[in-house]
Amino acid sequence: MAKQRKTDSQSQAQADKINKRVKERDKSTLGRIITLADGVSKSAFAGKDINIAIPTRTRANTLWNKKRGILEMGDASASRELFNLNQAKQFMQTCLHGTSIKELIEAEKTLSLRGMFYKALHTIQGTKGEKTFAAQDESDGILEDLEVSLGALREELHVYAKKRGTMVGNITIVDSGDEIDCRRMGSGGYAVPSITEPDVIQFKKCEAKFVLHVEKDTVWGRFNEDRFWEKHNCILTEGSGQPPRGMRRLLRRLNEELKLPIYCLLDCDPWGHYIYSVIKQGSISLAFESERLAIPEAKFLGVRAKDYEDCDLTDDVQIELNDNDKKRAREIIAYPWFKDHKGWQKEIGKMMSNGFKMEVESLITKDISYVTEEYVPERLKKKDWLD
Amino acid sequence: MPKKSSAEGKLFNMKPTDAPAAPKKRTRETAETMATKQKDIAVSEFFAKNRHLLGFDNPRKALLTTVKEAVDNSLDACEEAGILPNVTVVIEDLQPDRPANAKQSRYRVTVVDNGPGIVRKQVENVFGRLLFGSKFHRLKMSRGQQGIGISAAGMYGLITTGKPMVIHTRPSSKKPAHHIELAMNTKTNRAEVTVDDETPDFPPTRLKSINPGTRDPGFLHSEDYETGTSVSIELEGLYRKGRGSVDEFLELTAIANPHARITFVPATRISADDQDDTPPKKSPIPNEPTDPASLPTTDHGPLTTDSSLDATLATTEKDGVILFPRGTDTLPPETQEIQPHPKGIELGILIQMMRDFEDANKDGGTLFNFLQEKFSRISPAKASDFCKAIGAHSRTKVSDLDPAQVEKLFKEFQESKLPPPPTDCLAPIGVRQMLAGMLKGVKAEFYAASSREPDVYRGRPFQIETAIAFGGELPTEDTARVIRFANRVPLLFQPSACSSIKAVTETGWRNYNLSQPRGSLPVGPIVIMIHMASVWVPFTSESKEAIADYDEIRKEMKLALMECGRKLGTYLRKRQKMQRESARRDVFERYIGEISKAINAINGTDTKKLYDALLSEARKRTAIADAQLDEEGKTIKKDENEDLKNDEGVVLVESRAAHLNEPAAEAEASTPAESEGDTVPLTKKKSPKTKKGKSEKDDELF
Repeated sequence: MAKQRKTDSQSQAQADKINKRVKERDKSTLGRIITLADGVSKSAFAGKDINIAIPTRTRANTLWNKKRGILEMGDASASRELFNLNQAKQFMQTCLHGTSIKELIEAEKTLSLRGMFYKALHTIQGTKGEKTFAAQDESDGILEDLEVSLGALREELHVYAKKRGTMVGNITIVDSGDEIDCRRMGSGGYAVPSITEPDVIQFKKCEAKFVLHVEKDTVWGRFNEDRFWEKHNCILTEGSGQPPRGMRRLLRRLNEELKLPIYCLLDCDPWGHYIYSVIKQGSISLAFESERLAIPEAKFLGVRAKDYEDCDLTDDVQIELNDNDKKRAREIIAYPWFKDHKGWQKEIGKMMSNGFKMEVESLITKDISYVTEEYVPERLKKKDWLD
Repeated sequence: MPKKSSAEGKLFNMKPTDAPAAPKKRTRETAETMATKQKDIAVSEFFAKNRHLLGFDNPRKALLTTVKEAVDNSLDACEEAGILPNVTVVIEDLQPDRPANAKQSRYRVTVVDNGPGIVRKQVENVFGRLLFGSKFHRLKMSRGQQGIGISAAGMYGLITTGKPMVIHTRPSSKKPAHHIELAMNTKTNRAEVTVDDETPDFPPTRLKSINPGTRDPGFLHSEDYETGTSVSIELEGLYRKGRGSVDEFLELTAIANPHARITFVPATRISADDQDDTPPKKSPIPNEPTDPASLPTTDHGPLTTDSSLDATLATTEKDGVILFPRGTDTLPPETQEIQPHPKGIELGILIQMMRDFEDANKDGGTLFNFLQEKFSRISPAKASDFCKAIGAHSRTKVSDLDPAQVEKLFKEFQESKLPPPPTDCLAPIGVRQMLAGMLKGVKAEFYAASSREPDVYRGRPFQIETAIAFGGELPTEDTARVIRFANRVPLLFQPSACSSIKAVTETGWRNYNLSQPRGSLPVGPIVIMIHMASVWVPFTSESKEAIADYDEIRKEMKLALMECGRKLGTYLRKRQKMQRESARRDVFERYIGEISKAINAINGTDTKKLYDALLSEARKRTAIADAQLDEEGKTIKKDENEDLKNDEGVVLVESRAAHLNEPAAEAEASTPAESEGDTVPLTKKKSPKTKKGKSEKDDELF
C-alpha cells in the first residue's frame, strides 16, 4: 500500500483551496435548507398552503438532450403538501431529514443512507408506537427527494451510499489527503468510495491512455491477474453491475479531466445494454445528475451479439432470452437515444434474432485468457465498438 | 273428539266414565274392586305431584317462578285498575347461617303492589284455588293466562315449608287492610283460612326493617301504596344471580314495563354457584356504582337527542335496595276483550262453545245467534251463509245440529273469507315506551325500536315489536343478548326453542354492519328485544318459557328486526364516517408536532407558535374537507342523519358514543369531575378511553 501523507506546500495550498470550497458549498446547502424551512413556517403563519416543491423523477419528466447526448430532468415538479392525507407523513419525514442534514453540515460529518435512517428514526410523539420511518426504503426515497428539491447532491447533503466498484491501473490519486498508487493495489484493487468529487479525490499522476470498464469483479479479476492494465497502459475499473454514483463520477472525471476514452466490456443482454446507456447518458432516476455523471463518449466494446459467430463460440454459452429480457430489450430499443442509432438497432435486433444472451465469461470457453489477450486487444486495434 | 264433560266443566277432571272391563284371568282385580279406587283427582293434587309443569322444577326456579307469578299478577291488577304500578319485591333469607354450599334454603318472598286490592270474599279463590281466575275464559291480552300461578306458588310453599300464605290486601284506602293467612288443601282444591283479621298496617311495616336500605322513609312509602295487596310466601328455594335469576327477571320486566316502578330487596346471601349450574352472568347490564353521588338527580341536562325520554334514569342500587325507576307515566292502553275468531278455534272447542251456548239459553239458542254472539268478524250475512252451507237455516237450534253438521261448520270456517280479528284487544308496548324501557335498563349509545302492524296466526291477533340497543357500555366481543317478552313478561328459559331466537338468527345482520357467524346470533355490543303481544301467546309448554315457532310470527319478527337493523345500519355507517374523519384529523395532528420541532431545529421558529398555527390550519382544512365529501368520494346524504334524529323510533345517547371528535389533548384537559360522562352532551368532548378501534383505521390512510 502506497500511502503517504502529503507534506509539501503545494499540496497544502491545494488542500486549503478544497477546504474553502467545501465550506462555501456547505454554506450554500445550509442556506437552501433554511429557505425551505422558512417557506414552511411563513406559510403556516400566513395560513397558506404548506408544501415543498419536489421535481418529479419519472420517465415522463426525463428529457433526452440529443445535442449534448445526455438525459436531463424536465421542469415538472410535484408539490408535497402537509394537508394531504397521503402526503402528510412524507412531509414530516422530509422535514426530519432536513434537520438531520443541517446537523451533519454543522458537525462537519457524513452519514450513510442507513445512518440517516437511524438518525431520524423515533416514535412519533402522541402515538401508540408509530415510527417516523417504517423502513430504510422510505428514508432513501425522501433523501433523493431532498436532493432534487434543494438542488444539492447527495454528497453536498453529507450523505453517502455504500461503496461499490474497484479500480486499478497506471494512475496515482490522492484520496482525502492520502496518496494512492493504483499500480500497486495487489489483487483486490482500490475500492472506489461513494464520493469521488474533486475535494475528496485528486488525480496526481496518470500515464494510462484509456479506461477499460468491465461489468463485474469476476471479469475484472481476470484482467487484473493478467496485468492487462500494465501491458496496455490503461486503467481497469468495475462497477458490480450498474455502477454506483461514485464510480460513474470517477469515470466521468477521468474522461473529462484526463481526456481518457472509456471502453465498456459488458454482457450481451438487456441489462448490459442498459448499464452502458446509464454510463453514457445518465439514468432516469438520477437525471438531475446526468450533467456530472454522464459520459457521452463512452464506447461499448462488447460482448456483441455477432461474437457468437465471429469468435466461433459453442452452443454452451447461450442463455435463452426469457420473456422479461425480451420485454426489456424492446423497451431499450425504443429509447430515444438508441432509436436513431443504426448500430444499436442492429445490435439489439441481432440479439433478439439470436434468441439468447451471452456473458463476458462465455469468452473463457475459448481460452482462460482469451478475453484479455485476444478479444479486447483485437477490438481496440480494429476500433470495433459501438458508441 | 271430546266426550261430554261433567257439569263442572273443569279441564282436569280425570274420572273415567266408562271403565273398561278388566280381563278375568288371574283374579287380582275386578272391575268392582278397581272402581273403588277410581276417584276424582283434584287439580291441585295433580300439580303438587307434577310441579315441574308449572316452573317449580328446582329450588332456584321455584323462587323465580314465585316472584314472577306474584309480579305478573300485581302488574295486571294495577293496569286493569288504571293505576301506575308500584311493585316491591322482598326476598328474606330465613336461614342466613346455612352452609355456603347448601343446595337450597328457606326464603320468604313478599310482593307488595299498589293495585286495587281484593275484596275479602274473593281472597280464598284468588290465592287458594288452582285454575280460578278472570283471565282464562276470555280472549284478552294479559300477563297471566290460566290462573294457576300464584296459588301454585302458595301450594309449593306449603308443601316445602308447611307455612301458609300471608296476604294483606286493602281494597279501599279509607279502611284497614284484610290480613289473611291461608293454606291450600290439595285434596279439595280449596283454601283453609287460618288467620282472618283486619289491620291498619299496610304496607306491612315489618318489611321496613330488613336492611339499612329498607329503613329509608321512601321505601314502601304508604302514600305510594294507598290500596294494594301484599303476598308473602315462605318456600324452599335458592337465590343466585345470573341467567334465569330473580334479578334478571326484574331487570327485564322493568325494560318491558317502563310505566312500572319496581323496588327489589334481594336476599342478603347469595348461594355459591354449583359447577354444573348455569354460566355466570355475562354482565348484561352493568349496575350503577353504589356511590350515592352517582345517583341520578333531576338537574342533569337533557342527554338524549329528544326531550321526552330521559337517559339519566337508570337502575340504582343503594344499601341493599335495587330500584328500577319509572320511565314513563303513560299506562299501556286498555285492551278490549274479544270473541274468538272462527279461524282460530278447533273443532272440540267449537262443540264445547255450542254446549255452553245451549246451557246459557234455556229456550235453546239459534245457530244464527250463536254465530253472531260468540264469534268476532261474522256479519249477519256471513252467519246466514254459514247456516245455509251446512244445510240448516238461521232459526235452527244449536241443539238440533248433528255432529256431521258441526264438523261441516268447522270446515266452512276454515274455507270462508273473513276479515282478520279485531286488534284493539292488543296493547303493544309502543315504540316510545320500549325506548324508555331500554334507555333506563341498558347503557348503550344507540337505541331503535319498531312496532309492526297487528297480524293473525290461527285466527288470533298478535303484534310484534322489537327494539335494539347498541354500543355504549355493552361488551363488544360477546354474542348479542336477546331479551324476549310475551305480553310484557320476560321469557328466561329455553331460548333455542323460541321463535324469536330463530328470527334473530335468520335476520341478515351483516347488512347492518354487524358481524354474524353463519347460522348464529350477531356478535357485538348489542341487546335485541323482541316482544310479542297477543290475546293468546302460543307457548311451547305450560311453564311459558318459549314462543312456538309459527311462520306468521317468525316472519313478523324478522320484519320488525330488519326495520330496527336498518336504523342501526344507518347509524353505524355514520359512526364509521365520523371515525374516519377523526382519524383524518389525527393524521395531520399526529405529524405537526414533529414538523414543528424539525422546523424549529432548522430556522429557530418558535415550536409552540408554529404548532398552534399548524393545528388551527389543520382543523380548518378538516372542516372544509368534512363539508365536501367523505373518503370514498361519495357525499354522504346530509339528511340521512337528520332522518335518524327525526325518527321517533330512535334515540341517541351521544355521551356514550365512542367516536368523539375533539383531540385527545383537550379531553385530557377536561376535569375528572366530568368523568361521569353521562351528563354532558357529547359533541363537546372526547374521552381518551373511548378511542379504541382507531389504530386499525390508520393503515387505511397510508
